[in-house]
Amino acid sequence: MKRILVGIKRVVDFNVRIRVKPDGTGVVTDGVKMSVNPFDEIALEEALRIKERGGAAEVVVATVGPADCQQQLRSALAMGADRALHVQADGIIEPLVAARALLKLIEREQPFLVILGKQAIDDDNGQTGQVLAALWNRPQATYASKLELVGEGTARVTREVDAGLETLEVDLPAVITTDLRLNEPRYVKLPDIMKAKKKPLDTLTLAALGVEQRQQLKLVKFEPPLQRQKGVRVKDAAELVEQLKKKGLL
Amino acid sequence: MSAKILIVAEHDGTRLNVSTAKCVSCARAVAGAEITVVVCAAAAAPLAAQAAQIAGVARVLTVENPANAHALAAVLAPQLAALAAPFNLILGPSTTFGKDLMARIAGLLGAPQVSDIMALESATRFRRPIYAGNAILTVEADGAARVVGTVRMASFEAAGGGGAAAIEKAAVSAELPTHTRFISVSAAKSDRPDLQTAAKVISGGRALGSAEGFRILYSLADKIGAAVGASRAAVDAGFAPNEMQVGQTGKIIAPELYVAIGISGAIQHLTGIKDARTIVAINKDGEAPIFEVADFGLVGDLFQIIPEIEKLV
Ligand SMILES: Cc1cc2nc3c(=O)[nH]c(=O)nc-3n(C[C@@H](O)[C@H](O)[C@H](O)COP(=O)(O)OP(=O)(O)OC[C@H]3O[C@@H](n4cnc5c(N)ncnc54)[C@H](O)[C@@H]3O)c2cc1C
Ligand SMILES: Cc1cc2nc3c(=O)[nH]c(=O)nc-3n(C[C@H](O)[C@H](O)[C@H](O)COP(=O)(O)OP(=O)(O)OC[C@H]3O[C@@H](n4cnc5c(N)ncnc54)[C@H](O)[C@@H]3O)c2cc1C
Repeated sequence: MKRILVGIKRVVDFNVRIRVKPDGTGVVTDGVKMSVNPFDEIALEEALRIKERGGAAEVVVATVGPADCQQQLRSALAMGADRALHVQADGIIEPLVAARALLKLIEREQPFLVILGKQAIDDDNGQTGQVLAALWNRPQATYASKLELVGEGTARVTREVDAGLETLEVDLPAVITTDLRLNEPRYVKLPDIMKAKKKPLDTLTLAALGVEQRQQLKLVKFEPPLQRQKGVRVKDAAELVEQLKKKGLL
Repeated sequence: MSAKILIVAEHDGTRLNVSTAKCVSCARAVAGAEITVVVCAAAAAPLAAQAAQIAGVARVLTVENPANAHALAAVLAPQLAALAAPFNLILGPSTTFGKDLMARIAGLLGAPQVSDIMALESATRFRRPIYAGNAILTVEADGAARVVGTVRMASFEAAGGGGAAAIEKAAVSAELPTHTRFISVSAAKSDRPDLQTAAKVISGGRALGSAEGFRILYSLADKIGAAVGASRAAVDAGFAPNEMQVGQTGKIIAPELYVAIGISGAIQHLTGIKDARTIVAINKDGEAPIFEVADFGLVGDLFQIIPEIEKLV
């Protein structure tokens, strides 16, 4: 079956203003709104559109994380994914571990396309897609703003790079990571949330997949960023230009 | 034992990107580090000569291969992973080139990667921003044989010139894939300064209303020699091209002067400009969050104010 695998990560919602705990051991996440990483919603939307155009038969979403992550998998099922896989793991999951777990799922599911977000907006690592592509020894096309399947077995991907837009051709299967302008994800309708409750969600463990939960980076301390000093209001363009000239900026 | 650091050079085939000299600055924070720069290219000699001049570089390695004409991560990563063994730390810039490539190298090596290094406390201890810059995390690589890192460009000045490093050809045997092919790159040609290195940047937001609207920014920018940036809302709406986006998911910049025009100041935008020396905000809403970080704030209609400023400078 032609299948697309999409990574889903549970993150602190992008609207939340994060605060560092006073003792520096982390950030405050109690009672904070959690969501699907916005880039993963874009990944899922792209997969659903490919399926709706007849380019795939099934869209499977997967996450590696604690039990709470099932909420985000249910959101993904409500958006339209067919099936969900939850790899249960507590504590810190580094990109290498997430990628090793996703690779095991790839071996089981044999997708022709794997779509992840370009970065998770909490840790901002932006690694998992590339690490996965390396472990799998398959192409990667990161920061995608356009994805076209060309015939059987290849994709043409437009990437947002510092210089502008780059186009690559990759043989499938491949890993794609999404940028903001790939698409605009659909809104979930209430009946879909009900329907999603009946869709299959399988739970596995890292151990059952044979992946060791190694942590190679110790989180030593968290600090709030330096705050900028509050500035002044100027009354008009003339005063602004005068101030900037005084500082040698104009 | 002194740390051995390998820096992956970024270039366009003829010129070294300034990001390489910024990575060297980052690496020099480790006392006594031995710094090697590696240049992968189709024709590496002119690039290697530029790298050899960066102050603090001990050695330049060249990896020449016609397949390296375009920077494809899938092609470069196996060659760089093959060179990694003698090094403790392998650094690249946190640009789209480096972000795409370094994590693939980390994957091949099974090494941890530290993304967006803003300070290097030792060869194994780093500070990096998380949550769109709302927290700074110190991480320590515990016992890893080697660590991969990307260097946050806004945190480092480029290392100076005057060096005279030895240049050596590296022999790498790595199988290069053909599954990934470069087709094209389209970059708007512009005579304006580069957004990532410009001393002055003027950015526009949704309030500019159209690509036409952005013209008043270009006009002012050209008069004062500034680069032009944009908020995500402006890029999404098609007023400006993607390479102009500033913020968490666009470019992170640190100009001397940043002027935010008709930009509300969402946290995702602010994280891209936190290190600017002076921030100016022009917005018709006096309550806009951009004013919380602005050194100079001016409340009013941009369509009136910008032409006035242009006349005064
Ligand atoms: C505050 C904090 C700081 C941390 N800092 C670091 C650090 O500096 N270095 C480090 O290596 N680890 C760190 N971790 C570890 C860790 O928990 C991260 O989840 C892990 O590094 C994954 O990286 P990311 O989410 O940033 O992935 P990214 O590589 O940014 O994610 C890209 C995409 O990969 C997919 N993906 C990522 N993780 C999963 C998953 N678990 N399940 C399914 N899909 C996934 C998603 O599609 C996502 O959009 C930190 C954890 C915390 C809580
Ligand atoms: C995952 C994710 C990643 C993101 N990444 C980025 C990023 O990298 N960069 C980024 O910028 N955003 C990013 N965003 C979007 C961000 O949250 C904001 O939506 C965006 O920055 C808003 O752009 P804006 O300020 O131009 O528009 P708005 O918020 O609509 O602000 C327009 C402002 O213009 C003012 N205005 C209107 N008319 C006039 C006038 N005539 N004269 C003067 N002022 C006027 C208004 O008062 C208002 O403050 C991201 C969001 C998400 C969810």
